[in-house]
Amino acid sequence: MGGIFVFVEQTDGVLEDSSLEVLGKGKEISHQLGVQLVGGILGEGVGELAEECARRGANVVLAADSPLLRNFAADAYTEVVASMVKSCDPDILLIGATHNGTALAGMLAVRLGTGLMAHVVDLEIEPGTNMLLGSVPAFGGSIVAVCKVKKGRPQMATVRTGVFATAEATGQSGNVEQFAISLKEEDVRSKVVERKIERGTSVSKAERVVVAGLGCKDQLSLPMKLAEVTHSTFGVSRPLADKGMAPKNLVIGSTGSSLNAKLVVVVGVSGAAHFTSGLRNVETVVAVNSDPGAEIFKHADYCVVGDATKVVPKLIAELGGGRA
Amino acid sequence: MKLVVCMKITPKLEQVKFDEQKKTIVREGVENEINDADKNALEAALKIKDAQGGLVVVLSMGPPSFEPFLRLAVAMGADDAILLSDRAFAGADTYATSRVIAAGIAKLKPFDIVLCGEASIDGSTEQVPPSVAEWLGVPYVSYVSELEVAGEKLRARREITDGREVVETTPPALVSVQLGCNSPRFPDFRRKRWADKEFKLTTFNLQDLGFSIGDVGLEGSRTEVTGLSKMRSPERRKEFIQGTDEEIVRRLGQVIRR
Repeated sequence: MGGIFVFVEQTDGVLEDSSLEVLGKGKEISHQLGVQLVGGILGEGVGELAEECARRGANVVLAADSPLLRNFAADAYTEVVASMVKSCDPDILLIGATHNGTALAGMLAVRLGTGLMAHVVDLEIEPGTNMLLGSVPAFGGSIVAVCKVKKGRPQMATVRTGVFATAEATGQSGNVEQFAISLKEEDVRSKVVERKIERGTSVSKAERVVVAGLGCKDQLSLPMKLAEVTHSTFGVSRPLADKGMAPKNLVIGSTGSSLNAKLVVVVGVSGAAHFTSGLRNVETVVAVNSDPGAEIFKHADYCVVGDATKVVPKLIAELGGGRA
Repeated sequence: MKLVVCMKITPKLEQVKFDEQKKTIVREGVENEINDADKNALEAALKIKDAQGGLVVVLSMGPPSFEPFLRLAVAMGADDAILLSDRAFAGADTYATSRVIAAGIAKLKPFDIVLCGEASIDGSTEQVPPSVAEWLGVPYVSYVSELEVAGEKLRARREITDGREVVETTPPALVSVQLGCNSPRFPDFRRKRWADKEFKLTTFNLQDLGFSIGDVGLEGSRTEVTGLSKMRSPERRKEFIQGTDEEIVRRLGQVIRR
């Protein structure tokens, strides 16, 4: 049948942003190739979410609904998505590069005996061959390798969060089909026993972001306050999260999210390639760093040389946030 | 309990340069090191061994020049080290790499837990751990920050997009651990001398793993690189705001308020 298959991830009944972005890009490629876009969603009670994907551009949404699929388990999800893929035989299979999406993709590629391009930041169709070309960042995001799947089908790619626009409602709706599964309890070999979710505005969708780095030392309350007075979402560079000072979902760059903001204020980040690759879609970048030679200044529109812990309090006062 | 730790030996990123003319990566003279997250995987394994005994085996794929890094892992506390090495393994993508690593691990059966770092610093695909799990037919739990063995079960705390969860599975299983989730121990001085001089490392080649050339390396890969380029960054103003502290802050305030 050909076509494009997108795995749609949901957690506790909420669609992942990254899946909606992949759905949007999948729709664009499906138009370009003149083929169908099929979404696959797994979970318990996902009927309404499946309908939403159908409204957002999927021609067909396969919904596997079962208490066994309530929580993500890499092996069980691989089993079900593999059978969905076999049922519709797509040429292209796209998955959002979330933690769960990445786990699924790696298992699925081996199960299907096919090639996988990881964390792509761009997807194109090669003229003439109609093959999928994926731009894969490597060496910390300083280099991009353009890759393709030379052996095996479907051509698989995981897609970095924040690089493509979210699929919007199209005014038409595709069909939702229930997908029957033959999964047994013992096929779900990892079980979630506890979960805590804290959803805020995702950094990749935010209009304004304040990003803190190691230069803020242990005074993260300062950039957080700056975020508050400027109505910005708060993000961090990777080393802060690695030190356990901030959660991983706030990380900006090649191992985290790409930003799409109008304004980003970056304080105390040196600006390694894996970080600055997350700033490519930002309209205006302001950077504060104590080192005049810092790499971050090559990626900023407005540069201030100064100690983040001294500049930020003054800036908060200037912006009417009182004394920090 | 047998714990297998997969280790990648990676180039020091800051030394890697890109030749814009030739569109190739210049690796000459670049030093290598054990991938950071894989050191965290080793530490997680050694902690389990400390708590309840067991055997820790480190395993890597690469040329014989990687041997010293495996010896370093032994000096840190690993009991055995395996190098999967054959010219035919070169040029592998994640599909062919994971196939070879899984075959190496399969030779160590029965194993209980395989531990990997969440990603390598050079490729950062995060695809090898789940792919190895699939070749081995074992469950996979990723992004683990804490790992404990509780009776028959393996309990793992992991991060997901907007939160965290605790997952239970039963060995044999494969887990990938988060970069920085623990502090890797330093090599023991006396053990280091033993590891360097007396320890016998095991090497498996193509035949040992029962593969033919088409299964592995470049030929066994499913993807190919058609070109390399430097990541394009948008042009920026790069305007340095200068003056007294007050002037700088006032100007910055204008930029932010707009």
